[in-house]
Amino acid sequence: MGRLFAVEIVYRGIFQKTLAKNIGRAIVLAAHHEGKPGITFGRYGDSPERNGIPAKNFAIVATDDVTLEEGMAKYEPKEVDVTISVDDTLCKGVESWAWYGLQPINRLLKPGGALIVTSRESPETIIGMAHQKEHPYRLAIVKGTPSFSGLWVYKDDHSDVRILGAIAKVLPELFTLASVQQAIRDEWNSELKATSAQRSYERTTTITVQPAQGNPEKPFEFQMPKWTEMREGIAIPSIPRGHAMRDPTTGEMGGYQPARNPTFKKFTTRTMRPVVDFDTCIKCTLCWLQCPDSCFDVTPEGLYDANMEACCGCGVCEAVCPVANCVTMVNEAQFTDNASQWEMWRKSKETYQGWLQSKIANRPERSHGFRYRGQYEEQVPEMLEIAQQN
Amino acid sequence: MPEAVVARKGQDPAVPPTAAEKNIAAKGAGEQTSLITGSEAIAVACKLADVDVITAYPIRPYDTVMQYVAKLVSNGELDCEYIVAESEHSQFEIVKHASAVGARVFCGSSGVGWMYAFEALTVTPALRIPMVAMVGNRALDDPGAFGVEHNDALAVRDLGWQLIWVDNAQEALDTALIAYRVAEDRRVFLPCAISCDGAFLTHSQALVKIPSAEKVKAFLPPYDRGDLQLHPDNPITVAPQVNEDWLMEIRRQNAAAMDRSSTVIREAYADFERIFGRHYGNPFFEEYQTDDADVVLVGMGTLSNPVRVAIRQMRQEGKKVGFVRLRWFRPFAAEELAATLGRFRAVGVIDRDFSLGSPYRSGVLATEVRAAMYPAAKRPPVLGFICGLGGREVTVPGVRKMTESVYLAAEGKTQPGTQWIGLRE
Repeated sequence: MGRLFAVEIVYRGIFQKTLAKNIGRAIVLAAHHEGKPGITFGRYGDSPERNGIPAKNFAIVATDDVTLEEGMAKYEPKEVDVTISVDDTLCKGVESWAWYGLQPINRLLKPGGALIVTSRESPETIIGMAHQKEHPYRLAIVKGTPSFSGLWVYKDDHSDVRILGAIAKVLPELFTLASVQQAIRDEWNSELKATSAQRSYERTTTITVQPAQGNPEKPFEFQMPKWTEMREGIAIPSIPRGHAMRDPTTGEMGGYQPARNPTFKKFTTRTMRPVVDFDTCIKCTLCWLQCPDSCFDVTPEGLYDANMEACCGCGVCEAVCPVANCVTMVNEAQFTDNASQWEMWRKSKETYQGWLQSKIANRPERSHGFRYRGQYEEQVPEMLEIAQQN
Repeated sequence: MPEAVVARKGQDPAVPPTAAEKNIAAKGAGEQTSLITGSEAIAVACKLADVDVITAYPIRPYDTVMQYVAKLVSNGELDCEYIVAESEHSQFEIVKHASAVGARVFCGSSGVGWMYAFEALTVTPALRIPMVAMVGNRALDDPGAFGVEHNDALAVRDLGWQLIWVDNAQEALDTALIAYRVAEDRRVFLPCAISCDGAFLTHSQALVKIPSAEKVKAFLPPYDRGDLQLHPDNPITVAPQVNEDWLMEIRRQNAAAMDRSSTVIREAYADFERIFGRHYGNPFFEEYQTDDADVVLVGMGTLSNPVRVAIRQMRQEGKKVGFVRLRWFRPFAAEELAATLGRFRAVGVIDRDFSLGSPYRSGVLATEVRAAMYPAAKRPPVLGFICGLGGREVTVPGVRKMTESVYLAAEGKTQPGTQWIGLRE
């Protein structure tokens, strides 16, 4: 048996589907320059046509064909040498489907394996988002805003080649910088991109994450029922009705909190979250009506509290809110929990206002895909500049 | 005239009936004899079963059923929703949904009409819908032809449909009642298609005993969908999208339901005999003159008629030939059939269908019979015969010709695995 290499690329549905596919292709092509066979594939059970849903691509490379066949897995390898997270908020965990549970970003990493993350956050923030791992692993950050585009539009901001350069650095046995540059020239016919890969290679450093570091929470998980335990006829009991909410200060009951699917929380779809200024809310109901995920809980006094266990971060609430700065979308990386904003506001309006303003002030621009004509032309040079300066 | 009345005729009403008279009365009470086609017999069964929703879309020979049902509704004899759909696909989808909310339903089609409904046909067993359908067997286009071939109904053989072939109008009526009883049993909840050979059964009138509504009520309990019923008081989602984590469990559940069907079929026939007094013996296949037979033929549907005639002729000539008519194709009584066929020196399977490129280029039934027999202790040679396609007559000389080949195989003389009989060549 020769050596087997497995790389997973964790990405967000639609926005990064092409990016993930391109990285997987280039990994196999670069390894091929060194005579190593490989394959790349998307996890077929994923549904990457859903906006923002966490999904995975894999690249499997081996030193020979027999070893490659031994290592082939249709859906998921059992362990990987490198995990690439092309969006830093994915480090909070991955929940692709109902019943999958919350899968830590580093779940498949071998001891000493490397997690490569595209981010402008600090290593401490990334480590804090990722769940604790039973053995040490390495973390490398490719500095930059996570590249989001669309199914039909590819943002050529060099995120792809910068990650490839980083792979050559953290796992030189897989392929050398020279091989990956050759693959880049063959695939994209761009000397500029080959240079970006080299620059990323030279700048990539890793830090070791110890088992004591990281999010200590136990990720939620489910045991799938046996065939004898399932209701027949492909019939699934509905989610029960909701219930009134309890005011944390007065104990008053009122409002309405819908019951939600316990086996699919969906919040790992989120890259940004709404923060609500309850002091300026006019109770117009528009956010509650328009939310496609029914994520707003109605409080006893008739306010609308975005429930962070259910919010997918689409931004519709911000778009429909008629009050200036009442609902604001903020980068998900700014938050460490899913606690109720309304409960915090009920306990102390002053504390809440301070918290709210700090989140809004630190608000890095974040959007899904392209919102207006010319955004591509604005963003690509900006990303390239980050890549040059690092 | 009802048999009960006949039995008491001429007797003094004051004289109490004997035990034997009581028995006759109980068995024949309210029964009438009518001269009706196989299609009409199915329509009468719909009335007796008090079906709630029926959908229709015309295609020959199935359309005779929808015409008879329409007449029953129009005459006020049957109170049901009768919906003429705009295609077979909608026809089967409508009853699928009606059944999901708890309605007893009936539907049917023929040939390429049945094929046009195929998407609906695949989801019906998957959702455990106990629909009863009549397939008026018809050749698949092209070329357009009205006559019988079994390929239409056989196309659903892998999907969870229970499939049965009948060979006379009485059996068609009785089987429709049994089909509701079996399909709607909570242990089963799978659809059942009753195959009736186009023309030979659907369009021929025969004397049929029509049981009383009271007896049918005693035999056929109301349809209760239980926790699978779509109803505001039982909020459920039916047929969501699933991924690879769920499909095998769902298929396995349905496989278990099909397994249980065999038991439920036996129970239903036993109850049928007890309540109606008509005896069908082994529900899965009928044996004709097999007790001392050297060789047997196996087949389904109305070709049983010329086969039986040919057997009687050949027996007069001293040839010990028997016939096994298969009723239930799904579930397939493999072990029982294999044990039975193992008693003979050779077996000839008559297919009124084709399965191009299949093992030994046989028909569907011959392939299934061979597969059923492979693990058996005794495996006589099995020959396949393809005949009667597109409604061509299965003739007595044709059956004799098949039997000759089966005898040669029994004597160890190599025969072709499959022969086409009645072909111009």
